[in-house]
Amino acid sequence: MTAHAVTHQIIATSSQSERKLFPIPGGVHPPENKSQSLNLPLSALPAPAKIILPLNQHIGAPAKPLVAIGERVLKGQLVASAKGFISANIHSSISGTVTAIEELPVPHPSGLPAMSIVIRSDNLDESVTYEPCENYFELPKEQVIAKIQSAGIVGMGGAGFPTSVKLGGRGKIEHLIINGTECEPYITADDILMQTYPQEIIEGVKLLAHLLGNPADVVIGMEDNKPKAFTALKEAAKGTNVQVVAFPGKYPSGGEKQLIQRLTGKEVPSGKLPSDVGAVVQNVGTVYAAYRAVKYGEPLIERITTVVGGALQKQGNVIVRIGTPVADALSEFGFKERQASQLIMGGPMMGFTLETAEIPIVKTSNCIIAPSYAEMPPVAPAQPCIRCGLCAEACPAGLLPQQLYWYARSEDHEKLQAHNLFDCIECGACSFVCPSHIPLVQYYRASKGAIRTEREEKAKSDRSRRRFEFKQERIAKAEAEKEAKRIARQKAAQEAQQKMAEQKAKAPPAAAAPATAESAEDTRARLERALASAQTRLESAQAKHAEAVAEGSDRVDQMAARVKQAELKVQEAQAKLSETQHTPTASTVDTNSDDPVARAIAKAQAKNAMSPLEKAQSNVESLENRLSKAQEKHQQALSEGADNASALLIGVNKLTEKLEQARTELQGLQAESLSSTEKPAAAPDDPAAAAIERAKAKAEAMASMSPKEKLENQIESLTGRIAKAEQKLAAAQAENADTVEALALGVEKLKAKLASTQQELEQLNP
Amino acid sequence: MSFISQSSPHAHATNSTQRVMLTVVLATIPGALAMVYFFGVGVIINLTLTIGFCLGFEAAVLYLRKRPIGFYLKDFSALVTAVLLGLALPPYSPWWMIFVGCFFAIVVAKQLYGGLGFNPFNPAMIAYVVLLISFPVQMTQWAAPVNLGDLPSISEALTKVFTGTAIDGYSGATPLDAFKQSESLTVADIYSQKPIFSEAFFAGAGWEWVNAGFLLGGLFLLWRKIFTWHAPVSMLAVLALMSIIFYDGSSESSAPVLTHLFSGATMLGAFFIITDPVSSAVSNKGRLIFGGCIGLLVFLIRHFGNYPDAVAFSVLLMNFAAPFIDYYTVPRSYGHSKPRRATEKVDV
Repeated sequence: MTAHAVTHQIIATSSQSERKLFPIPGGVHPPENKSQSLNLPLSALPAPAKIILPLNQHIGAPAKPLVAIGERVLKGQLVASAKGFISANIHSSISGTVTAIEELPVPHPSGLPAMSIVIRSDNLDESVTYEPCENYFELPKEQVIAKIQSAGIVGMGGAGFPTSVKLGGRGKIEHLIINGTECEPYITADDILMQTYPQEIIEGVKLLAHLLGNPADVVIGMEDNKPKAFTALKEAAKGTNVQVVAFPGKYPSGGEKQLIQRLTGKEVPSGKLPSDVGAVVQNVGTVYAAYRAVKYGEPLIERITTVVGGALQKQGNVIVRIGTPVADALSEFGFKERQASQLIMGGPMMGFTLETAEIPIVKTSNCIIAPSYAEMPPVAPAQPCIRCGLCAEACPAGLLPQQLYWYARSEDHEKLQAHNLFDCIECGACSFVCPSHIPLVQYYRASKGAIRTEREEKAKSDRSRRRFEFKQERIAKAEAEKEAKRIARQKAAQEAQQKMAEQKAKAPPAAAAPATAESAEDTRARLERALASAQTRLESAQAKHAEAVAEGSDRVDQMAARVKQAELKVQEAQAKLSETQHTPTASTVDTNSDDPVARAIAKAQAKNAMSPLEKAQSNVESLENRLSKAQEKHQQALSEGADNASALLIGVNKLTEKLEQARTELQGLQAESLSSTEKPAAAPDDPAAAAIERAKAKAEAMASMSPKEKLENQIESLTGRIAKAEQKLAAAQAENADTVEALALGVEKLKAKLASTQQELEQLNP
Repeated sequence: MSFISQSSPHAHATNSTQRVMLTVVLATIPGALAMVYFFGVGVIINLTLTIGFCLGFEAAVLYLRKRPIGFYLKDFSALVTAVLLGLALPPYSPWWMIFVGCFFAIVVAKQLYGGLGFNPFNPAMIAYVVLLISFPVQMTQWAAPVNLGDLPSISEALTKVFTGTAIDGYSGATPLDAFKQSESLTVADIYSQKPIFSEAFFAGAGWEWVNAGFLLGGLFLLWRKIFTWHAPVSMLAVLALMSIIFYDGSSESSAPVLTHLFSGATMLGAFFIITDPVSSAVSNKGRLIFGGCIGLLVFLIRHFGNYPDAVAFSVLLMNFAAPFIDYYTVPRSYGHSKPRRATEKVDV
C-alpha cells in the first residue's frame, strides 16, 4: 500500500448508522491514489481546436450523422441523432465546420476504429440558444424524459447506457440509488462534482425520483473517503427525503449490482436487470447532466474528467468538452510522454489502455491516467496457477475464478457456463490479487466472446436447419402432388385412347394428333432459339471477359465465372435440342405408318413404355448426386466435430437405402424394356391399337378396290377364315372340348357366307 | 507515439507466487529449529540433501521439457517440496533413500503431471509413502529426542547417512509408536512407564515442541493470508473430537487429545501439507470437508490401523477425493438462489 491509500479522512461513523448496510462478498483494497488529483481546484479546459465525436459513445446502436462535410455547426447543435430505442443523440461541443465523417480511433476496449464526426473550431464558440424549463414538475413525465433523451444523456459512470431508457422503464421502483461510490483508484471526478455542485445534484435526484414515481427509498451512496463531498451533499439534502450514506471503501462496491446489495441487501438475479428488484441506479454525474438538460435545456457536451498519473507535471480534475482529444488534456497538465508506462482511460481496475493520445474524451470518460513506470510497471509474465484461491476470496460475484481459468484454457464452454462465467462483472479483483500474475479477466472476456459467437452460430444453423427441413417438406409435397397429377393424366390418356380406338373402329378420324406433332416442331424451334441466344450470351460474356483481362480489372474472376456459366447454358441447350431431334425419328421408325393418328398413338405408347425407365434412371442419378453431397457434408461435420454429424449420418443411410431401391427398380425396368425390344418393333402392346391398325388398313384397302375385287378379296378372306375355323374345330374335336358345337356352327355360318359371296361374284361375272 | 495495449486491470497487488512459497519456507523455521534441537544434525543433513536433489531434479526435468529453467526454479515450489520432505523423513536416513524420495516427489509426482499447478497429489507425501512402503525399516527408525539420550555427532551422522554404518542406540520409539506398542497398558501406565511420555510436558518428549513450532509457523501463515483457516481447523477439530470420543483411559483407549494433536506429523500436516492449494479442494466449504476427512482418516488409521502415523496416507486419499468434493461444493454465486452443480446443463 502506498501512502496515498491511508491519507484520506474517514467520515465519522455516526453518519453510517442512519441506514443498515449489508455486506458484499469478496472485494479488494487496491491503493486508492485519490489525493493527487484533489489538490487543485476544478478548472475548465480551454475549448479545443478540433473535436472528434465518435457515433458510438453509448451502449446500443451508433447514432446517425445529421451533418454533411463542410457544414457549419454551432455549439450545442445536434450533429447525430439516436438510431433506435437504445441509442443517444450527439451534439457538437464547439462551433465550427465539419471536416470529416470517417473511421477514427475511439476510446473502446477493442481498440478498433469507429465512425466519428470531426469538427474544426472557428474559435467563436457560438452557441445555439437553449430552452430552459422551470415547471418541469408540472409537465407530463414523458415530455421531461424526452428532454433528457434529446439532450443525449447517458450513464456517465462508465457504461454509457441511455438514461432516458432507464427512466422510462417498467415495473414499480422502490429504490432510487445514486452512485457516488467511485470505488476505482485514482478517479475523483464524481468526488469533485459532488463537492462543487451539491445543490444541483440534489435537485437532479428530486427530478429523477419524480420521474420514477417517487420511490420510497432515495439514497446517495458513496465510499467514506470523500468527506467533503459527503458533508456538502448532506447539507444540500436537508429537508428532502434524499438520504446520503457513506460506507467503508472496498473495490468494487461501486458496481451497480454490488451497490444495490450494499444498500438494500437485494441481489439482482442472474440475467435480470436492477429494475427487476425494484431498483434504479444512476451515477451522480448522470444526475447532474440530466438536471441541467431539463432545467436549462443543455445537451451533454461537457463533463468532468480526472487527469492523473506520475507522468504528468500536475494532476487534477477538469471540465472538458466532449470530443476533446486526450492529447489536449494531457498537454495542459504537462504530460511527459517518455515517462509514461501506458495511457489508460477509466480507472486502473476496469479502464482500458489507449494506443494513441489522439483519441477523444467521450461522455463516459471519467479519468485519464498517465502512470509512470514506477506506478504501473509492465506486467510480469504469468506463472502457473497454484489454485491458491485468493481470486475466489476476492470475487464479488462469488465465482471460482481459478476454475473458470482452468476451463477457459481448455475451452470447456459448458463448464464455464455451469460455473456462471456470465455473472462475471470483469471488475479485475481476481487478476489484481493473483500471485502468478495471470490475466484472468482477459481469459474470461475471450471466453465470453467465444461463447457468444458459438451461440450465434448455433442459432444461425438452427434457423437454416429449420429452413432446410421446411424446404424438404415442401419439395416432398410438391412431388407427391405431381405424381398424383401424373397418374390422373395417365388414366385420362388411357381412357381417351380407348375412346379414340372405339371411334376409330367406327370411322377413322382425321385430326387430333397433328397438334402434338406440330408442338414438337414448336419445341424444336424454341430450343433452337434458346441455343442461339445462349450462344450470343456466351459470346458477349467472352468479349466482356477479354475486355476485363485487357484492362486488368478486378472483375476478371467474376467475368470468367460468367463465361463458364454461359458455356454451361449453351451446352445444356444443345443437349436438349439434340434430344428432341432424336426422339421423333425413333418413334417414326417404330410405327412405319403413314397414318398420323396411328403414329401419334404409337409415339404416345412408346413414351409411356419408355418414361418409367427414363424416370428411374434420372431418379437414380439424382439420388447418387444427393448421396455424394450428403456424404461430403457428413465427412465435413465429422472432421469439424459438429454435433449434427449423427443426424447427417442418418440422412446418408436413408439416401443409400433409397438409392438401392431406385437401382433395383431401374434394373427391373431395364430387363423389361430389353424383353420388349426383343419383340417385333411394330407389335404394339395394346390389342386395341392393333385392332385399330388392322381396321384402318382394311378400310383403306377396301376404299381403293372395285366391287369385284372387293368380293374376290372377301372370298379369299372367308376361305382363309373357314380354313382357320375348321382347323380350330378339328383341334377342339380332338380335345373333345365343349366349344366344338359353337365352332361347328361358326364354320357352317362362314361357309354359308362364302356361298352367298360366291353367288354375288357370279352375278357380277356373268 | 504508440502506447502499449493491455487488458485491465492495470493495478496489481504486490503478491507473487515466489513470495508465497518463500513465506511457507520461512514459516517452517520454528518447527525445523525444534527438530534440530531435539533430533540433532540429521535434520540439517536431510534438508540439505532434499533441497539439493529436488532442485537438481527440477532443473533436469525442466531442461528435458525445454522450459526456461531459471523462470520456473524461481517460483520456489521445488524448494517447498524439498523442505517439507526433508522435515518428514527420519533424520539420519541414508542418502540413497532421500535420492529416491526426491526423484518420486519432483519427477514422478510433479513434473510428469505437467509441473507446478498440475499435480493431483502432494509431491512430498507421494515420496514419503513410496519410501515408507519400500523401505519400512529405515523409515521407522526415528532418533530419540535429546532429553532421552545422546545425539550422534556430525561425523557419526555423516558416516551413517553416506555409508550406512549403524549408530548404536540413537533411535527410539515415537510417542505414537509407544501407543501402538502399548500391549495391555492403560493410558496412565503408558504415561508413567514410557520415557517418551514421562520426560514430556504434555504430549511426548521433543515431539510436543516440534508440533508447537509448526503450529506457530502455521498461525503465521494464516495471519499472512497464505491460506484460509478452513482445512487446518477442520482437520484438527475432527481429530480432536475423535480422540475425545474414543478416549476412556483403558488399554483399549485412544491416545489423549493432546498426544494426537502434538505428536507425529499432525501440525506439519495440518498447516503445511493439507494446505497445499494445488492438490486440495478449491472452495472454502470444500476445504472444510477436505480437512475434516483427513482428520478422520488420520485418527482411524492411527487408532485402528497398523501404522503409528497416518498423515501421508490420509492426505493422498483425500487428494484423490478433491475433485469429487469440488463437484459438490461449487459456491453460490451472486444472483443465483442456489449453487449450480458443476455438470449442470446450461441453456446455450
